Amino acid sequence: PEHLEKLPLTTSGCPLVIQCKNFRIVHFVVPRERDCHDIYNSLLQLSRLVRYDELYAFSYNPKQNETERMQGWELIDLAEEYQRMGVPNSNWQLSDANHDYKICETYPRDLYVPRNASKPIIVGSSKFRSKGRFPVLSYYHRDKEAAICRCSQPLSGFSARCLEDEHMLQAISKANPVNRYMYVMDTRPKLNAMANRAAGKGYENEDNYSNIRFQFVGIENIHVMRSSLQKLLEVAGTRGLSVNDFFSGLENSGWLRHIKAVLDAAVLLAKAIAVENASVLVHCSDGWDRTSQVCSLGSLLLDPYYRTIKGFMVLIEKDWISFGHKFSDRCGQLDGDPKEISPVFTQFLEGVWHLTEQFPQAFEYNEAFLLQIHEHVHSCQFGNFLGNCQKEREELKLTEKTYSFWPFLLDEQKKYLNPLYNPNFSERLSILEPNTVSFNFKFWRNMYHQFDRTMHPRQSVFNLIMSTSEQNKQLEEDIKELELKLEQQKGKQPNAVFCKEPLLSVHPMSPTLKTSECFKKEQPLLPVNESIRTIEGSNTADNRYSEYMEELAKAEPAVVSLEYGVARMTC
Amino acid sequence: MEFAELIKTAKVENVMLTCPGLPSVKGTLCITSHHLLLSSQPGGNGEQGPVELWLLIRNVDAIEKRFVNSSGTITLKCKDLRVLQLEIPGMEECLNVASSIEALSSVDSVMMMYPFFYRPESMKLEEGWRLYPLEHYYQQIASDTGAWRLSCINREFTACSTYPPAVIVPAAVDDEAFRKSARFRQGGRFPILCYYHRKNGTVMLRSSQPLVGPNGKRCREDELLLSSVLDGGVRGFIIDTRTAQAAKQARMTGGGTESRSSYLHWKRLHKALERGRPLQESFIKLVEACNDPSLNMDRWLSKLEGSKWLSHIKEALSTACLAAQCLEREEACVLVHGVEGTDTTLLVTALAQVILNPACRTLVGFQGLLEREWIQAGHPFHLRCTHSAYSHARLKQEAPIFLLFLDCVWQLGRQFPFSLEFSERLLLALFDHAYASAYGTFLCNNEKERCLCEVKDKAHSLWPWLNQCCKQKYLNPLYRLNTLVIWPSVEPQSMQLWQGLFLRWIRSSHYLEEALEEMQHIAAGSENTLCSSLQEAVLPQTVTEVENKR
Repeated sequence: PEHLEKLPLTTSGCPLVIQCKNFRIVHFVVPRERDCHDIYNSLLQLSRLVRYDELYAFSYNPKQNETERMQGWELIDLAEEYQRMGVPNSNWQLSDANHDYKICETYPRDLYVPRNASKPIIVGSSKFRSKGRFPVLSYYHRDKEAAICRCSQPLSGFSARCLEDEHMLQAISKANPVNRYMYVMDTRPKLNAMANRAAGKGYENEDNYSNIRFQFVGIENIHVMRSSLQKLLEVAGTRGLSVNDFFSGLENSGWLRHIKAVLDAAVLLAKAIAVENASVLVHCSDGWDRTSQVCSLGSLLLDPYYRTIKGFMVLIEKDWISFGHKFSDRCGQLDGDPKEISPVFTQFLEGVWHLTEQFPQAFEYNEAFLLQIHEHVHSCQFGNFLGNCQKEREELKLTEKTYSFWPFLLDEQKKYLNPLYNPNFSERLSILEPNTVSFNFKFWRNMYHQFDRTMHPRQSVFNLIMSTSEQNKQLEEDIKELELKLEQQKGKQPNAVFCKEPLLSVHPMSPTLKTSECFKKEQPLLPVNESIRTIEGSNTADNRYSEYMEELAKAEPAVVSLEYGVARMTC
Repeated sequence: MEFAELIKTAKVENVMLTCPGLPSVKGTLCITSHHLLLSSQPGGNGEQGPVELWLLIRNVDAIEKRFVNSSGTITLKCKDLRVLQLEIPGMEECLNVASSIEALSSVDSVMMMYPFFYRPESMKLEEGWRLYPLEHYYQQIASDTGAWRLSCINREFTACSTYPPAVIVPAAVDDEAFRKSARFRQGGRFPILCYYHRKNGTVMLRSSQPLVGPNGKRCREDELLLSSVLDGGVRGFIIDTRTAQAAKQARMTGGGTESRSSYLHWKRLHKALERGRPLQESFIKLVEACNDPSLNMDRWLSKLEGSKWLSHIKEALSTACLAAQCLEREEACVLVHGVEGTDTTLLVTALAQVILNPACRTLVGFQGLLEREWIQAGHPFHLRCTHSAYSHARLKQEAPIFLLFLDCVWQLGRQFPFSLEFSERLLLALFDHAYASAYGTFLCNNEKERCLCEVKDKAHSLWPWLNQCCKQKYLNPLYRLNTLVIWPSVEPQSMQLWQGLFLRWIRSSHYLEEALEEMQHIAAGSENTLCSSLQEAVLPQTVTEVENKR
């Protein structure tokens, strides 16, 4: 849980409000104040663990044997992924420079760099970059032979230079045989980057680096994002707001503006590669928040593979987990500095969701998939997202002591399939060019009101389409099977038997009528009942049609106390 | 008046047409009495090129002219919210085209409008006008309940000029009482039944405001009429679509609302709904915001909010839900009215029926509802839909009440995607036809005017065309009969901008359309695959085996 609140005592008991990281809000009414106090304190302590090994992942036991568990961890292999992209090749190679985490603690061991970036260049460049995060390959576009690279800000201050770093960038631009110049995208607002110069950090001076085109894209920092989400949640959490208050709250939160900024940057990045064939180096301050957002969304726009279920897992593993997005700090997994918490990854998911809205057929996965990933980034049930970087994860021995999330997700992938997905879509349109005009950005109700059933469509289009589509497949299989049997029958019996009086023996009812009957018998497979149930479940009282409600409605029981074993939950 | 007099230039060559999202086309522009045509440049063999534009001139809401050197650009802003540009060589030609379109689009006489000239070969004039006869609908209710009867009091439009000839009233009250009640109600719109809730026998009525006036006038017949509805201890709620204060103030101008002491068993609820000028302005502001893609996020959101359109949607839906709730949950009767009883009143009564009654959610049932609750109920379409969101003309009576209704239905469709038999495209078509149409269905302001203009004899009805020519397009592939009440969420988070309408010509919807097609394909797939494949196999064994397998 993110936030606990004990409200003043009422006649029915002591209200306790739990606000969860998955945006669920649970209201309890505990009859006795002392109980409430105890629950409150226990929850408070349990939600502020100090050590990693106290987290759920270390005690979670899904009854798998050791081999299964290890196989789970091996499901995603980044070396394989780089091979898929086409590296190593004549221009890019695997570097062992960071094999012992000596050059950069927050990078993975395996890094891909330009072939002509020698070890001294790497070492020199890393010393000139914040936290040693020197430029490395994030994505290689095989057709364009252009690369997305990532790093942190240079320690340039007002005038410092580093020849090795300059060589490093030159090596990257030379590794692109098609285009000589490369883009350097500083994802920060210009003002922030300039302010960093006073602290001996900053950004690349175009005069010192040959063939670079430098650009700011203006995504705000983690603190701005944190308070933006806070404002958004305040608005979303206020019941009975007027439409105008809601929209002015939405505007004031700035949330959609930030989402747009992230997507705009990704579009810029993808266009540089797809249209200009230019390589791009992306960085922010430390290169693990905004850089991860932009690199991963950019790759997603460029490569249809990342729009598949497996591919999306690989993308998260690559640009977020392995490159050291500080999941532990950003999600507040342990009791720590609250200023480190920020919804950077949530924004990435929301960016992807917006893309799925514009390209309904381009993604193999659906919204539920994104929501489930969001859930488990915060749940600490699996080891994948614990810790802040690979080195830390190894020290925690996560692969030995916890389970990997991906096989579980893959196991239930049926739930996450987009029935409208069309793999041929990507053949026609391998690069997605989303329209980022403001009106295309919407409040993501299914994320921020995931658990508030009263606000959602009462019937799920995805579920129906999914089951209909499955049913179609089943029927087609049945037909094939029957046709096969028919063929076999034909083989066994002399044709004459059939030819003699086919008309007489035809079933009196027309085949079409029959089919519709077959169809109806299949119906129970459909979640039709479920949709009806949800409609029945929707209560007029939940929907606040009027201020006259009290006068009208026969009072609904407001709260069921815990004593009766049922807690009424309002979300 | 002759159309020829209005057409200063009938044909111009080398006109460049530009629409957003499409490549520009050069061609010949023709102006006819009712249409603007552009056919692209003829090919080498001298044949006329394909027609690129076929625009009903009535659809033009505003014209803007701009001149650069010797050529001029005309921007046509249409009532369906599309914006077109015509680049015309020659200043004089351009001025002529503009003034012709201006004159033709502002012809005010109903009898001169296109529906009176439109004669498609495949259709008969009389088709469709008797598709949804009110008498049958009411007769059914009368015979089901025994408490209601069909009255001929308005056969000659004498009791109320804006009511249809057939109305349904309490059986216990005689026609003379209605005449008196009509005199006590604005525009003669005395309380009549509009919906019978079969499930529990409650009814919804509508009327206009009572003419209480500053001196607190009463009308015994009006009171008796309403109390006869509540026979047997049923409760009654009057939903007044104005604030309590506005209703009270209306007395100064001769109107007012039902006082508690005169209407003993009726309880009044006030739910203010915007109408008239403010609603039209809200529409204009929203369209302005949607047409400006340069807006940054904050400006966009603040303009969206500033238009208040979504607030109006929320209010309309909540009021309809309140009415529905009174009927369904409180088992009480409801009377809805505002001032004239022709705008917000109909919005509420029609929406409440879509929410309550599954029959209104089918393609045919929805058309019947529109006939009953909008067209025959006397919503002044002609006055309300003369201009859309772009017109610079001084607005008189324009207000997008009907659009607001369509938008609310669209919101219901978003929240209950399987419960409406018709698709978003039907709602879009209805919007287009209400503002400019080749059909007579939305012409005039009420049945009396339609009779005077002989609309039903001289123009085609929209319904046969919708139902025959392109029915598939207007059906929702996911529809499953849902017999339950559909209670929508009215939280602001649930209100969505109707992008399909307001951004129809602006956003690129190519991928969304494709996805919709795929959805249709899947929905139709199960039956199609099986049918076609089984029809191929004529052998008896196949059929029986399929059966056995199930």
